[in-house]
Amino acid sequence: MTDDVTENDGQLIVQLVGDVDLEHCATIRGLLLDGVSHGKDLLVDLSQVTYLDSSGIASLLEAVQMATKNGTAVKLFAATAQVMRVFELARLDRVFSIHPDLDAAMATGA
Amino acid sequence: MTSIGPNDACQLGEPLKLMLEQRFGAVLAGLKVIRGSVLTTALRCGFEDAEARDLALAVDEACKNIVVHAYRGESAGDIVLSIYRSRGAIVLHLRDFAPAVDPARIAPRELDDLRPGKLGTHFIRAIMDSVEYLPPPDGRGNLLQLVKILE
Repeated sequence: MTDDVTENDGQLIVQLVGDVDLEHCATIRGLLLDGVSHGKDLLVDLSQVTYLDSSGIASLLEAVQMATKNGTAVKLFAATAQVMRVFELARLDRVFSIHPDLDAAMATGA
Repeated sequence: MTSIGPNDACQLGEPLKLMLEQRFGAVLAGLKVIRGSVLTTALRCGFEDAEARDLALAVDEACKNIVVHAYRGESAGDIVLSIYRSRGAIVLHLRDFAPAVDPARIAPRELDDLRPGKLGTHFIRAIMDSVEYLPPPDGRGNLLQLVKILE
């Protein structure tokens, strides 16, 4: 998996690619927590995520909680139906700030 | 969760047909292959794509528990995946050869608990109609049975 980080209008955008699972969890968690540590809102593009498991959810949840402590936000966008299903199974689809696309994520507060 | 009754998928009342049996090394890098096997077999059994992906997720989470908690990350162990079907259900067996686990210690998280972790067990129970440990054939290791009714 390869991931990409860019900055747009003062917000960091992270694109996750491939399987967000336990095998890749350490890399993804590091990427997300590093992004949150910059004191800016972190927008996470899920459009290229092919699989999401409980460890991926846990990494995203940890980033949300760290951002909340820092007074910033983590916003997710462009999740596929398959990825949305995992959020629904976790009963966390209302805990995360999930948006249909980048424009909606950038325009919305957490 | 539909109650299928204790012990054996044979209680579904009809013979089970073995659809797949594969032995894997219990390593994280092998889980993608297991997911693919479950997805393909579930589709062959008549499940819709979304249901088949749910089954792959449940098995993946169960295998992760085996790799991380039963084998404790050691690379020496194997997992044997057996998939059976009857006319009305798919039955998945995951056999490992690690020290016996205490099922009472495997608990899902409370739904209002927002700490990361324990989600995998919640996923398994949310997706499957029956989850239970059976006595392993030779008393060695663990045998987890997962059953999903074909709607």
